Amino acid sequence: MKIYEHQAKKIFARYNIPVPEGEVACSPEEVQQAASRLDCPVTLKAQVLVGGRGKAGGIKFADNPEEARRLAEELFALEIKDLPVESLLVEEKLTIEEELYLGLTIDRSAKRPVLMLSTEGGVDIEEVAAETPDKIISSHLEPGQKFELYQARELISRLDIPSSLLNKLSQLLINLYRLYQEKDAQIAEINPLALTADGLCAADAKLVIDEDALFRQQEFEADGEELPYVELEGTVGCIVNGAGLAMSTMDTLLHLGGEPANFLDIGGGASAEVMARALSKVSCHPEVRSIFINILGGITRCDEVARGILQSIEEVEVPVVVRLRGTNEEEGSELLRENNLEVEKSMTAATEKAISAAKEWA
Amino acid sequence: MMAIYVNKKTRVLVQGITGNQGRFHTELMQNYGTNIVAGVTPGRAGQEVLGVPVYDTVARAVAESGADTSVIFVPAPFARDAVLEALEHLSQVIVVTEGIPVQDTMELAAVAASRGCRLLGPNTAGVISPGLSKVGIMPGRVFTPGKVGVISRSGTLAYEISLALTEAGYGQSSLVGIGGDRVIGTSFIDVLKEFEEDPETKAIVIIGEIGGQAEEEAAEYIKEMTKPVAGYIAGRTAPEGKRMGHAGAIISGGTGTAESKIKALEGAGAGVARIPTAIPEIIAELI
Repeated sequence: MKIYEHQAKKIFARYNIPVPEGEVACSPEEVQQAASRLDCPVTLKAQVLVGGRGKAGGIKFADNPEEARRLAEELFALEIKDLPVESLLVEEKLTIEEELYLGLTIDRSAKRPVLMLSTEGGVDIEEVAAETPDKIISSHLEPGQKFELYQARELISRLDIPSSLLNKLSQLLINLYRLYQEKDAQIAEINPLALTADGLCAADAKLVIDEDALFRQQEFEADGEELPYVELEGTVGCIVNGAGLAMSTMDTLLHLGGEPANFLDIGGGASAEVMARALSKVSCHPEVRSIFINILGGITRCDEVARGILQSIEEVEVPVVVRLRGTNEEEGSELLRENNLEVEKSMTAATEKAISAAKEWA
Repeated sequence: MMAIYVNKKTRVLVQGITGNQGRFHTELMQNYGTNIVAGVTPGRAGQEVLGVPVYDTVARAVAESGADTSVIFVPAPFARDAVLEALEHLSQVIVVTEGIPVQDTMELAAVAASRGCRLLGPNTAGVISPGLSKVGIMPGRVFTPGKVGVISRSGTLAYEISLALTEAGYGQSSLVGIGGDRVIGTSFIDVLKEFEEDPETKAIVIIGEIGGQAEEEAAEYIKEMTKPVAGYIAGRTAPEGKRMGHAGAIISGGTGTAESKIKALEGAGAGVARIPTAIPEIIAELI
């Protein structure tokens, strides 16, 4: 789950990572007021949850509150990668001497967090890694263990960084890793980490929180979307148990001449209610011309699924093709047949049927 | 008859046996013939679930029952603790639980590695050696004993492909679910090595999906293998940057695409199917 820059910076500040003085504003008037409280010039930064904001014109500089208001009007009219700009972060403009990069992420293969530090900040770190690999260091950290100051110092000393920065920077690395662990981050990144006359300062802040950890990270709210759902542009709605089977159902549809309208995984052990909600959701997709329910039950019970289908089937106008196999297959199939719904056994045959149903549906 | 990871002799402990999923799947495992010797739910010692004695601690359960493998149905918020407890006393731990925070999993993987324990999952369907034992949540009836080893990140997709193999007359030596999370305890390569050594296994099916580099890494090992390998990669139609159900199934920054994985597997000499039900045809060509 991505966190807005202004939220991330509040959290950074709690971990003693210096951030610029700033305020969030939701209208040009608020921006002007914020700018008059801060020392001008100020930086105006569009708050959107996508990268490439600078290139899209989402960052502007103002010399006084009036200019801030005028530029804010332009920013609020902007869409960045289809996302509207609903708030701006107004900050005192930093006078940057040097830009560093500091990031923590997960190395899936190594099964460990990885810390990256570079003297080339403010640019795409992948480019630095490709073009000047001697200016970036990366190191795996031990999961579940404390990261010690001396370890941070050893890392920093592998780069061409002045000794005068060593103690402050090593403490900052420790603080960021503690934040990363305690907030269940997947990514914690400062790019650039600015060096100013006053010392180090996180000019930008990127924080991605592990959605699976939200049960113990109550300050972040889940987006309310309970079922893993991704909308696409095809005509065959898909409801499948299991992420891998759901993806392969989409692939099979495409392979056999159809087009998936969505990805939807009802998960393992779905209840009738979950199935009913899934069917309602997919039937609301405006492009859907048939719905393919593909179930191969292990932890999921086919009879529960069948009960869920029956709860929502009357809302659905387009043809529904059901394929049921696995746990409690007989009970589930029997329930559907009693209600005049056909049940398929083969995934391929059912896929073909769903494709032709979509084509025939006027 | 040989198989990998679980067989007739495997003595299984179920952690979280008194919960809905734990109880339901304990019964299905028993019906399949799995030797379930103990259960653990803290605070429920002295009870019985389906004739299986329940203990408060793994230490006590292992001492009384001689369990050698634990299968974990404990909910995600309590899973780290349960898995650490299991790793203290058992050499093989199979984590069915979905939704464990990735930092917990990284820590558990490190602990398992330092102790030389096998940690399967999290978010795995488990392991079945058809006709011998199933330790997990897969529907036993889609499997049949045979010579094809199957490895998968996804549970249901593995059932689908195993069902297609069964219907085409190819039984399975074992199916190993490695789990759908970003970080998992046992990798494709670990399982490929076991199948390469297993005399009963004549061919292997590797079932991958978008996200990460595990299939590309597996491809490097497949180049060295003597046994034929077939593959399937799910997610050719998945858009970039969207988590496709599994925490691990996400294309980010152009890496982890199905195309890259298919290319790597084909480059290693594996036969890659474009739809799951085409796997048996590829196996027919390979054997």
